[in-house]
This record gives sequence, structure tokens and C-alpha cells, in this order.
Amino acid sequence: MNRGLRSWAPPFLLVLPSLVVVGVFVYGMIAINVNTSLTDRRGRGPATQYVGFDVYRELFADDTFIYSLQNLLIYTVVFIVGTLLIGFMWAWLLERGVWGEGFFRAVYLFPMAVSFIASGVVWRWLLNNAQGDRASGLNRLFEVVGLDFLQNSWWTHPRFGIAAIALPAIWQLAGYVMALFLAGFRGIPRELHEAARIDGASEWQLYRHVLFPQLRPIALSAIIIVGHMSLKVFDLIMAIAGQTNHTTQVPATQMWIEFTRGDYAKSAAIGTILLLVVAVLIVPYLVSTYRQERNR
Amino acid sequence: MATKRRVLGTALAVGALAVTAGCGGDDGGGSDGGDGGDGAAGGEVEVFTWWADGSEKAGLDALVKVFQEEHPDFEFVNGAVAGGAGSDAKNVLASRLQTNDPPDTFQAHAGAELSDYIADGQVEDLSGMYEEEGWTEAFPESLLDRLTVDGKIYSVPSNIHRANVVWANPAVLEEAGIDPSATYDSLDAWIADLEKLDAAGKIPLSVAMDWTQVHLLETVLLADLGAEAYNGLWDGSTDWSSAEVTDALNDYATLLEFTNEDRQSLDWPDATQLVIDGEAGFNVMGDWAVAAFEEQDKVFGTDFTTFPVPGTDGVFDFLADSFTLPVGAPNPDGTKAWLSTVAGPEGQAAFNAAKGSIPANTEADTADFGEYQQTAIESYANDEIVSSLAHGAAAPISWLTDITAAVGKFGSDGDVASFQEGLVAAAEKNAG
Repeated sequence: MNRGLRSWAPPFLLVLPSLVVVGVFVYGMIAINVNTSLTDRRGRGPATQYVGFDVYRELFADDTFIYSLQNLLIYTVVFIVGTLLIGFMWAWLLERGVWGEGFFRAVYLFPMAVSFIASGVVWRWLLNNAQGDRASGLNRLFEVVGLDFLQNSWWTHPRFGIAAIALPAIWQLAGYVMALFLAGFRGIPRELHEAARIDGASEWQLYRHVLFPQLRPIALSAIIIVGHMSLKVFDLIMAIAGQTNHTTQVPATQMWIEFTRGDYAKSAAIGTILLLVVAVLIVPYLVSTYRQERNR
Repeated sequence: MATKRRVLGTALAVGALAVTAGCGGDDGGGSDGGDGGDGAAGGEVEVFTWWADGSEKAGLDALVKVFQEEHPDFEFVNGAVAGGAGSDAKNVLASRLQTNDPPDTFQAHAGAELSDYIADGQVEDLSGMYEEEGWTEAFPESLLDRLTVDGKIYSVPSNIHRANVVWANPAVLEEAGIDPSATYDSLDAWIADLEKLDAAGKIPLSVAMDWTQVHLLETVLLADLGAEAYNGLWDGSTDWSSAEVTDALNDYATLLEFTNEDRQSLDWPDATQLVIDGEAGFNVMGDWAVAAFEEQDKVFGTDFTTFPVPGTDGVFDFLADSFTLPVGAPNPDGTKAWLSTVAGPEGQAAFNAAKGSIPANTEADTADFGEYQQTAIESYANDEIVSSLAHGAAAPISWLTDITAAVGKFGSDGDVASFQEGLVAAAEKNAG
């Protein structure tokens, strides 16, 4: 009894503070948030009663909210596909032994050191949608190099404007995905390459049957990391398009608008929905990692 | 127990301040935290604003100078929260009011924007102070009407701005064959000239992001509906789904076609700059824009001219900043001292000369105000006064938010019918 206590008590005491802090400030807050979303707290005053899922029903009947969910989907797809493709390509090139690897690694990784807000200020100018005489940023560049047909309305496009916001996000995160894949490539023992070659595998077969399977966990981690960042996108949009711009509306910016006007129930409901959306992505990942670790 | 809650509240509020404002809240928030903990009425007056730079900061500084001369016993504590055109400040303020840690006084747009605070019982009735200080005489009747809610007044205005002003560049107009001194009776007459500017390859009408589009919409509604029906939009006597409103929205759609396509990327100073630089002919903006022209040594009458938005001549589309006495303010005597400086003729003259607005107090000395400001003072004294939508005077924040969303959506899809539906829905949701 005493020995049992002595063996688990010190470690328990060590983790206790973080358990309490996480319990209160993460799970406690989530509970309060969900609770708020079920009340009629639609103004600065306190709630008077529970209204169940009324606010959620209202949200899903709201065209703008549906539009912002669609925006989030487009953004996430463009962002994930973009970072994975570019990140993988860079990692592959570096792995193949491009000259000046250290230099390029730093160049590709550097954007990650910049905050979304700071890069957003620059990209706001780069993605200016004025064309012709008043064009600036990328539209200007296209004009100067004679690619006028590439000039476009960027983030003010009514349907795919949100995809333009994904460009700076890809620019920032592709380097990180590259680092992940590069580490993945480097982690594959040389013997496997050689063994495959000796067995007569072609270059494609080497990748298809030896390297890609080894990179799968890396790709999954990259998708999770990039994906959950994508679902939380807020600062980049605030910096580039501002909070009220319709074409770049996503749930997070809508949550901010509702919060600012004092509609606490609605902003809490949007927050809860965002949490569920993130959970859809994260939970299967956690389950699969847990299974892998148990099988080991 | 009560002290403990206050300390906790202060800590939370300071935390929120630090998070939202970053380093911006250092001087004000930090010293306030110390004071709030002591709980002693040491004569400090925390004034909460979003006037953190530019002409707004200059105005606040001028006001503080007068305050310290008039009330040397009290110490001014700057509780300004910068950023987001006041939306960051409003969020910080909301959290402070919720944790029962109000500042001694906070800035809010006069009029409907205060209705949320009044409904929640967060601001004190100042009617008694108006009687005592004789402000009912000093402020014009029409302004007092707009401040009165159910027979009570909850705030003290520091200044008056005019929203329905067109800023024009005479050189650009002449180049396009337009008489710069022309006046317009209606929007249609104006649109004819916008076409000429368009043909001359200039931006006829510059505009910026969503709130400036709401500002433009408001002046178009005012022009087409007239002052009375415009006022009716806010009290329910004008039907948002009526044909008159449809006509106004069509005019707005026409005007929007004459604007710069990169409007969403610009804020109001950028749109005004297009007129200053001669790239655009006209811009509709409130009269704080005069500071932008004057800072760049532009001369009123030669380098820029102004006139009321066509169709709104004789109407003064007003907005005002004002200060309140929050319920539970730590130092109500200090607040009253601050309010008396804000309302007094010296405070109003100093503040408005620096900020570019005009005094709400008719006793303030305006002899050395700028040339544009003189025209505004004259209009304010003679014109019919209506409340601005885009600046919180006409409708509560929640309604304005819904209208802004509808305007933003229209800016991207250009569908007048669904635009009107959105506005009708916003009215139904918020007026009820």
C-alpha cells in the first residue's frame, strides 16, 4: 500500500498542476462555451433561459454561414493539396541532391518564422485586385512580364476568392512540409534503396513500393498539422481582406463578427461547430496513432 | 469578498487588454491595474477610448490639457485601446463591464449605439447633470432629441461630424469637361457627370472597404428617400421592401459601378487619397477627411472642394462621439469632472480644433477653426439633422452589423433583389 502510493504519488503530483490547468482552461472552457451556445444570450446582458439547439438551427438556415463553411472547405483543400505537392517536390529535389541544399532549406523554411498577420499585410498588397493602369502587386507583375491574361480579381472573386487566401498560407507552410518529408526521406535506411536496386526495381518501383510506404506516416502528420491550421484560419483573412469582406468569410471570422456585436450564443455555437469540424480530422488520427503504438 | 472579485475582475480585464491590444495598453492598462487593486478614490479618472493616433489622439491630448487646467485635483489616466476602428476597444470594454470593472468613462457613438448599454443597465442616466450644468441650453435642441431615450440622456457628446459630404478634385473635373463649381439637385444629374469622368479614364467615385460602402449607401438612401423617410427606416415607419427603397438601391448599384475595383483592399484614407492624387474625381466620406487634405497642404476651394451628397442639400447627416458614466464607475466624481470638461466650451473648442470636427456646444469659440469647418458649423446650425447609420447614430450595432453583411454580399454578387431581401430581413430581426 505504502510502496504503491510512493511509486505513483510523486509523478501524479508532478502532472497534477497541468491536469488542473488543462481541465479548467481547456475542457472547462469548452463546456462553458457549449453551455452558452444553448442559451438565449444574444446580447450583452446575461442569459435568461436555455433554448436548446435553436441557435444551431438558425446557423444552418443562414446562407452566409453555409457559404462560409463552403469557403472553409475550398480553402482547406487548396491549402493541403498545395502545401503537400510543393513541400514534397522541394523535399524530393533536395533529396536528389540539388546544389546548395543548406541555402534552399533556409529559404523554404524561412516564411514559417513570419506570423500570418505580418505576411498578410504584405500579401494584401500583392493580391490587390486592381487591373490595368492601377494594377499593383502580382497583377502589376503579370502586366510587366506580358502575362496580362493572368491578372485576376484574387480574393474578391465571388466563389473562389477564398482560394487566393490559401496562396500566402501555402507560401508559409510548404517549407515546413518540405522539412517533414526531407526528414522522412533521410530516415529511410540506404540499405533499402540498395536492396531494391539489387532486386531490379526501376526508379518508379523504388518510389512506389519502398519509399512512399515509408513516407505515409509523415504525410499523415503533415495533413493533420496543415489541416487543423487551415480550419482555424483567421489572422490571415483579417490581415488581407478584413473581417466583413463577404467573399473570404469563414466560420472563424463570422464568430468574431458575432462576438463583437455581442451575440454570445451565436459566436459560441460557431465555436462549437469549428471544434467539431477539427475533431473530425483529429480524432481518427489520434485513434490510428494509438493503435500503431499499441501494436508496436 | 467584494474586493477579491474586483481584483480578479481587474486582473482578467488587464489580461484581456494585454492580449487584445498587445503593447498598446501598457501605459493606461498597467497603471489602472494598480489603482483598481487599491480601490481608493485617489482622484484618478480612467478615460476609455479608441483614440490612439492621428487627429483623434491630437484631439484627446488637447482635451486632456483643458481637463487638467479645469480640474487639477484629478489625474487623467489614458485607457485607450488601439486598433480595429474601435472594435477591439469595444470587445475589451464589454469584458470589463461584464466583470464589474468599468472604466470611469468610456467613449461611444452618440445615439442608437448606446442602446445596448442602456438596455443592460450599464450606463447611468445623466439628465440631472444636464439640468445642473445648463447643457440643455448649450446643446442644440435637435441634438438633444437624438440623445434622449425614454426621456433620459445617457451620454455627453464631445463633437459633431457630418457624414453626407462629397470631396472633389477640381483639376480632375475640369480635365473631364465638368464645371467644378456645379451643384447637383439629384443623384441622376451627378451620375451624368460620373459618366464623363469614366469616359475620361478617371475613377469617377472612389470608395473603400465595406463600412465606407455602408456610408455611401446611407447617403444614397438619404438622397432618394428624403430626410423624413430616411428617419422612418429606423423607427419602422418606412418600409424597407418598398419601391422607393428599391429605386435607391438601384441608384446605389449604379454608383458602385463607377467605383474603383480594388475597393475591398482600401480603407477610407486610401480612397480619399485617390481624390487628393487626382486619380479619382469624387469621394463620399465624413468630414474627418478634411484632415487628410489639410495635412498634405491642399487648399480648400482650389485643390479640393466639398458639397453635400447630391439630393441631400439642406440635410446634415450627423454623428457624434460621446462619453458616459458607467454604472459602478470607481470614481464618479472624477467622471463628472471629465464630462463637464468634455461638454464645456473650452474643452469642445480645443478638442474639435485638433480633431477636425465641430463643437456640439454652441457656446464654444470657433473663430479660428478651418474654412471647411466653418461651412459645417453653418450647416449644422441651419440644416435639418438626421442620424448616420454607418457611425452608430441611427441603428444599434447589431442592426448595423447585419446591414454591413448585406452590403458586403452585394459588393461581390451585385444582385439588387437579394440585397433588398437582406436589408428587409435585417430590419425585421432588429427593429422588432
